[in-house]
Amino acid sequence: MPDFEPVLLRRIEKKASPWLDAYRTDGGYRALEKALSSMTPAQVVDEVKNSGLRGRGGAGFPTGVKWTFLPKDHPGPIYLCVNADESEPCTFNNRILMEEDPHQVLEGILLASYATKASTAYIYLRYEYGKSLRHLQKAIDELHAANLLGQNILGKGFNLDVYLHRGAGAYICGEETGLIESLEGKRGWPRIKPPFPAVEGAFRKPTVVNNIETLACVTHVIDRGADWLKTIGIAPDPKNPRDAGSYGPKLYCISGHVDKPCCVELPLGISVRELVDKHGGGVWKGRKAKGCIPGGISMGIMTEKEFDTPLDFNGPGKVGCLGLGTAAVTIFDEQTSIVDVLYNICRFFAHESCGQCTPCREGTGWMYKIMERMRRGQGRLEDLQILDEVGKSIGIMPGTTICGLADGAGWPVKNAIAKFRGELEDWIRKGKKSEHRTRVGRMT
Amino acid sequence: MSLNDDLRKRIESYLPRYPSKQAVTLPALHLVHDEQRCVSREAVKEIADLLDLATAEVYDSMSFYEFFREEDAPLGKVRLWVCRSLACSLRGGEELLRHLCQKLAVKPGGTTADGKISVEFAECLGACEGAPAVMVDDEHKHNMNTEKLDEMVNELKK
Repeated sequence: MPDFEPVLLRRIEKKASPWLDAYRTDGGYRALEKALSSMTPAQVVDEVKNSGLRGRGGAGFPTGVKWTFLPKDHPGPIYLCVNADESEPCTFNNRILMEEDPHQVLEGILLASYATKASTAYIYLRYEYGKSLRHLQKAIDELHAANLLGQNILGKGFNLDVYLHRGAGAYICGEETGLIESLEGKRGWPRIKPPFPAVEGAFRKPTVVNNIETLACVTHVIDRGADWLKTIGIAPDPKNPRDAGSYGPKLYCISGHVDKPCCVELPLGISVRELVDKHGGGVWKGRKAKGCIPGGISMGIMTEKEFDTPLDFNGPGKVGCLGLGTAAVTIFDEQTSIVDVLYNICRFFAHESCGQCTPCREGTGWMYKIMERMRRGQGRLEDLQILDEVGKSIGIMPGTTICGLADGAGWPVKNAIAKFRGELEDWIRKGKKSEHRTRVGRMT
Repeated sequence: MSLNDDLRKRIESYLPRYPSKQAVTLPALHLVHDEQRCVSREAVKEIADLLDLATAEVYDSMSFYEFFREEDAPLGKVRLWVCRSLACSLRGGEELLRHLCQKLAVKPGGTTADGKISVEFAECLGACEGAPAVMVDDEHKHNMNTEKLDEMVNELKK
């Protein structure tokens, strides 16, 4: 197979200038001009719907279909909330897009706003992305000066304002209704759905929430057409009528114990093994891998034996993981204890549970405390049973929480117990202690 | 008065962006926090007055984000974050955090006696290709080690 020609990273890999003149020279805002001069908003929606593009933020919901959930002929205003809160651990692809090619993202925002008839777009950007903030703001200023933002864009009667809204370091604000609450100036507590944001979202108005990478894809879907996207990736499984397929390019992040951690663009459906060996420079220090987290830590854990699993919207589920997630793969080598990995993951969720739903607030705390004890050499065999029970009883799937944070918190725990039980039992029986016990001050 | 005229004007400049005044809560907190290195109770009250909110509404939102410091623990001149999430931990992030805390004789959340550096742990900075990573205020520094960190800290302490 010939090497894949990058699309989203095309300009970034050439180290092209992120600013407007260079972006336009490279064909930028061609898709916007095409949409504004020859397509109705409904046609833009149809194009994205027909392309099969699915959201890149984690849930994989078809983007065009999401847009059709907005009420018809609504008097407005309608809002677009751009989810740039990329805070799933081990994920950094949105950051690269915003820092290095902000106009590609902004063109997608303009197209999505035109399609959904949104008059204001808020980019909810995590605090930790200072360079993204500055680059996006400069790009927005350039657009205003060029009549590509504001009133009567390109003389076509389309109006849009784009504002950056800076987060304050809370993972939960990446959940779409947590994001909306935070945008409104409240604590980032997710809302009970329905109503879904498309019906009642930001400021109680119809709202679409889309991820940065998704919007960058929209730019190319409009530029090159729906059929183009379908030439990349994996077609729907003919035996599964509910499968929407895994079309398009994807930005995969590779980190952890590899020689060359990086972000690489490939057609959906690449395997972990190929990512590591061909793009990540192999496992570091000439070691073997023990396993990985396949798509951000909330997607669970894959063993080395499962590394041939394709990373598309269906693959990770076949080996018991939660899903594709953010397609951020973090490798841990054979010398790493699964106890250390799990401890780190449990500590994250205990720290980031928003506290609204008791099963999540308490459950993530218990799992963290059990793991803390286990890594001190004081684990008990019955702890594994407790961990498994907690993992299975918190989340949307068991019906005990409002949002999916708890599903993501439980999944790696359940996976670890199912896939690494022998190692965990051995650790507990021998009373092993972590070699990385660097407890420094307050931890959650 | 905690907020001077300039700060008030900058907060008010955000009002036209949103259909509700409450939505200016986070921008206002950031503006005050950046300048005053904490958000005092007095400042919370003044923000609430500016946005037609109850003081408790602003405080409720502010306290949800551990990000904002109150007046009993203001930030030092520079806020130095060390990432402790999985990708960084696997490449020495926690050892880096311990080293920094020992060197500066502070715990995470603490500030050096000279008021120059506040140390924090971060839950994934999103800089995993450069793990272990740290962040100086809001700028990422990739591929850190103890030597580089020492050098950076010495520079910041000048």
